[in-house]
Amino acid sequence: MHRLRPALLAACVLMTAGCSGIQPWVKPYERDRLADPIMAWDRDAISSAYLDHIREAREGSRGASGSAGGGCGCN
Amino acid sequence: MSSESARRILGRLAVLTALLLVRATCADVLPDDRADLFYSKYSGGGMDITGESVLVRKKFTENFAVEGSYFIDKVSGASIDVLSQASQIKDERKQKTLTVEYLHDKTSYTASFVNSDERDYRSSTTSVSLKQDMFGDLTTLSLAFANTTDVVGENNGTAFVPNVAWIGHAQSRSYDVDVSQIVTKNFIAGVNFNVITDQGDLANPYRSVRFLDPGNPKGYSLGSQVYPDTRTSTAVQIEGKYYLPYRAALTASYRYFRDTWSIVGNTYELDYTHPISNIWILEGRFRYYKQNHADFYSDLFAYADEYRFEARDQDLAAQDNYTVGAKVTYAFLPDGWKMFKRATATFDVSRITFHYLDFRNIKYYGVPQYLPGDEPLYQFNATVYQIYMSMFF
Repeated sequence: MHRLRPALLAACVLMTAGCSGIQPWVKPYERDRLADPIMAWDRDAISSAYLDHIREAREGSRGASGSAGGGCGCN
Repeated sequence: MSSESARRILGRLAVLTALLLVRATCADVLPDDRADLFYSKYSGGGMDITGESVLVRKKFTENFAVEGSYFIDKVSGASIDVLSQASQIKDERKQKTLTVEYLHDKTSYTASFVNSDERDYRSSTTSVSLKQDMFGDLTTLSLAFANTTDVVGENNGTAFVPNVAWIGHAQSRSYDVDVSQIVTKNFIAGVNFNVITDQGDLANPYRSVRFLDPGNPKGYSLGSQVYPDTRTSTAVQIEGKYYLPYRAALTASYRYFRDTWSIVGNTYELDYTHPISNIWILEGRFRYYKQNHADFYSDLFAYADEYRFEARDQDLAAQDNYTVGAKVTYAFLPDGWKMFKRATATFDVSRITFHYLDFRNIKYYGVPQYLPGDEPLYQFNATVYQIYMSMFF
């Protein structure tokens, strides 16, 4: 754990900096394409969950099949 | 995974969670209220499975939402296992899910409870997750933990006159870390990392091992599977989604999987989404999956109880499969109707071709005569239909 301390300290500084502390290189007004529904990671969660269920019942692999959050994080 | 490793992972998740709680600045919003009606049908490998589901999501305040769903699966038919050793299957699975979500500035907290009930299997999952937008909303980080407890039964009767004996328990814990990153104004990328630990009765009681037996006219006999009582798996998926120069999206993903049973799996997926005006969305996808077999798997053991752990479950066999799928979404009620703002109807079809590389089709034994271990390898095609309607309000 002690090896993580410098990284955690850096993360603390970054996370407490607030929105204005980070200058996004893709500005909010440039995210119209990313906000398009076709760019959502998962448009139909109920359908994806069903297909995952089918696969996991027939394959040895499992997990890590969904991505975090919505498409653009622009809301 | 040892309990020390699990504690270490939990400790790090707790530290990250605490860090994320420190940061709360710009406000976010919850998704729209919605109601979904869903119907599915799976046909393949001698099995027919129909599923019906309803889902409702409702915001009670600007930062608190509840989602509930009810899913019912009806299974009938005769799989390869059934044709080679058991009676016909007829079963029903009912799954209830309740999810609550609370949003505070840039952080959303979710708790979910899932209960699944079959005649011979009961499962309960409790999960919590935390999602945080950060770095000017370019990055979304999600952490999730789920705990599942299962009660495992075996139907010693028939499909129509069941006689279920409850034979064991299993517990599973799942840890997820997901990151979604805006890379350019046309490109987003994601990394998902997942660890699952299992403990308990993990074998499928309806599947058997087979071993050479000169005393049996078939040349082999069947015996009980014996699995290790623990399993830990790790999966990492990377994915990218690109907005093409015209209005369409291309998604590519790769997943690497490995577990303590020596299964290594690789999954490749490609998806193309093409809208037509604001009414239709067409989607085509291709998926390829390949795995090697578990280290205690064999299609045919040399004699009874040859090894301490033995399995002949087709899920653990070396295999590959590919999926070709298409989806059409139709958007209607663009101006809304009564309480509804808009609605969509979707038809989705997938064709999956399964090839087993060391799992043989023993239902063919004797027609014509095959020596044990010389039967043709098993393969089958499956078709999955999904029809659903989503109403947003």
